[in-house]
Parts: sequence; structure tokens; C-alpha cells
Amino acid sequence: MQDQPTALERFINGILPENPVYRQLLGMCPTLAVTGGMKPAITMAGATAFVLILANIIISLIRGLLKPHLRILVFTLTIATFVTIVDRFLAAYLYEMSKELGPYVPLIIVNCLIISRVEICASKQSVGVAVADGVGMSLGFALALASIATVREILGSGTWFGLQVLGEGWPAWGIMVLPPGAFLTLGLLLGGAEWYGQRRSRRLVRAGG
Amino acid sequence: MTAMDEQGKRISYIGQAWLVILLALCFGAALALVHTTLGPRIAENKRNETYSVIPVLVPGADRDMTEELIVQSRSGRDVRVYKAFTTEGKHKGWVIPAQGQGFADRIELLIGQDVDLTTITGMYVLAQKETPGLGDYIKGEDFRDRFRGKPADRPLVVVKTDPREENEIQALTGATISSESVTDTINSAIDNLREVLLAHDSSGAGARK
Repeated sequence: MQDQPTALERFINGILPENPVYRQLLGMCPTLAVTGGMKPAITMAGATAFVLILANIIISLIRGLLKPHLRILVFTLTIATFVTIVDRFLAAYLYEMSKELGPYVPLIIVNCLIISRVEICASKQSVGVAVADGVGMSLGFALALASIATVREILGSGTWFGLQVLGEGWPAWGIMVLPPGAFLTLGLLLGGAEWYGQRRSRRLVRAGG
Repeated sequence: MTAMDEQGKRISYIGQAWLVILLALCFGAALALVHTTLGPRIAENKRNETYSVIPVLVPGADRDMTEELIVQSRSGRDVRVYKAFTTEGKHKGWVIPAQGQGFADRIELLIGQDVDLTTITGMYVLAQKETPGLGDYIKGEDFRDRFRGKPADRPLVVVKTDPREENEIQALTGATISSESVTDTINSAIDNLREVLLAHDSSGAGARK
């Protein structure tokens, strides 16, 4: 356990170096399904952040009591509880959004991002590190969803957060808010992120050598 | 295996699983608390949504003239039904709620009927968690329109081809179970409330005060 990352490293890693969507390709279901507009994307990012951070805290607190062969059961139980809370909360206070997201809120339970963080970090490290990890990963996830939703909403509807940003003359590319638009955008942005990452690492190697 | 062995095994099961049991109890209590706190607010949201769709479910009805009644269905349960009136106060029809098990989760519906309960004038999906891209088309206008104008005095039947009989409903492609759940739910709700609503009308409560 000596070379586990520190809280600060966990936090920073979550945002870009180990970005859940662009680097780990986790949580693809919400990434593709609810990024047709900024509002659902940000709501989903917020709901996932709530579940991830609280599940990380609980699991980290009880990590000494976990039995290896029962741990996945405990993880799932914890995650499902927080997902149910967030689902009820959305239905009570953001009813329209709750209807728009529909089954994608309960589907947070099976978002691999959460169970992977709980397994990799929270079940092995202290609460402080687990919180930093949860916040970092949540920011990374929010950043990824927001970047995809920005492209899709602006090109597909000419709006951003429902506000008109492109002129009335913009022929909204309907395909961008439909499922194919999600795959196109994700593919192009993933390619872009990879290209940028490789260029940077080459430059670092050259500067170092 | 001797009795002692078996007893020892049972104790070791508890010894291993106590954390799961304890967590399940704590999380269950937390969820009960969330549900009692947010439940009324969620019900209120659904009621507001019901009111907003009454003019769609019963064409010509005025949402502000709606009268709410609690009636006892044939299965002995109290049901909140909505009696729809035109702006001039003429009884126009009924909106009744219906619940049934869908493919994934419970489906909640609203059904609009005319005054003498012979025709379905509209259908609306209040809550559903059917498979995105297949079963969730039950909430789409195309599917809901398949019920408009159908007879309410005999059971509806789901078919996979173009409907030939008046009481046939064409299933959604790839979502036969969801289509059947909706249809069965409608059939049993109408059947459960039919007599009590007709009795209510003939008891002279037809005109709005």
C-alpha cells in the first residue's frame, strides 16, 4: 500500500490525466444518452457526483470491515441507496428533468465509473483521499459530459443551456441531438483528446532528452 | 454432516454477513425517511401534471373546472378520479389513473373517457422506466394516439399487425411486453371503475354546482 496516490494526486488525476470518459472510457451509457443538451448533461453529472462522493465516503469508512468475497455486494447496496435518494430528490424538486432523464437516473447504479472508484480507491484508502478522488473524478465526468453536450446542443439546436447562441438562420443539425450525433461527437472528441495527449507526451520526451 | 457442523456453519454465515445485514437495515431506514419526506411533494408534482393534461385527455375540457373525487373501485381501493367539465360547466368526461407492472418497473397512466364511458378519448404516461429506445416509446404521441377513439366498454387486445377489429391495438415493434402491459393496465383500470363512475352519474351528480 506504500505507493498509493495521495489525495492531491487522486484529485488531479480524476480531472484530466485519468478522465473517466476520455482516458478510461467509463460511464459510456450516460455519456452517449443524456448529452443532447447542457441541462440534462449537468443534472446527470451532479447526480453522479452525489452518488460517487457519498459512496466513496461510506465505503472508505467501513473499509476495514469488508470481507473480500462480500465487498461487491456492499458496494452495490451503498450505490443503489444513494441513487434511489437522488432519484426521489429529482422527482420532488426537478420534476421535468426527472421525467426527461427517465431510466438513466436509476441506471447510475450500473455506472462502472462509481464501482471502479469504490474498488480502486475508497476500499483501500482513507476518507480524505476517497473524497478527493470522488470530487476529482466527478469534475472530470462533468467536464466530459459538458464538452460533448456543448458540441451537440450548439450544432443540433443552436442553443446552449437553452439560450440562443447561433443566429436564427442556423439550420439546426437535428442529427446532432439524436443518437448518431452522440457517437460522432464522442468519437471526434476522443480522437482529439488522444492526439493532444500524444503530442504532449512526445514534446515532454523531447524536452527531457 | 453432524448437527454441530451445521450449527457452526450457520454462525459463520452470520459472522461474515453481519455488515451486509446491518447496512441493509440502515439504508432501508434512510430510504424510508427520504420517501416520507419527499413523497407528498412528488405526489403534488404528479397531480399538477395530471391537471395540465386533462384538456388533452378529454378534448374540450377546462382544467380549472375539474372536480376531484375519491371513489372506491371494485377491488375495494380508494382511487382519486377526475371529472372533466367544459368551461360552461357541462360534464365532458372522466380522467382515471391506472397502474400496472411494465417490462422494467411500474407504469403509471392516465386514461381519458367520454361521459358515458363508451370511448377512450386519450391516454397519457405519467411514469415509466421502460427500455430506452424500445419500450419507452409508449410515452410517445404515436403510440398514445393508437388508443384514442377505442371502445371503453370491452377489453382491448394487442395485435402485431394492422388492427382489423375496433378494439385492437397495434403493438410497438420490439416492445410487445410494454405494449401489452399498457393495454392490460388500461383494461383493468376501466373495468375496476366503470360501475362506480356510471352509478355516480345516474345519482344526479351530473351537473357541476
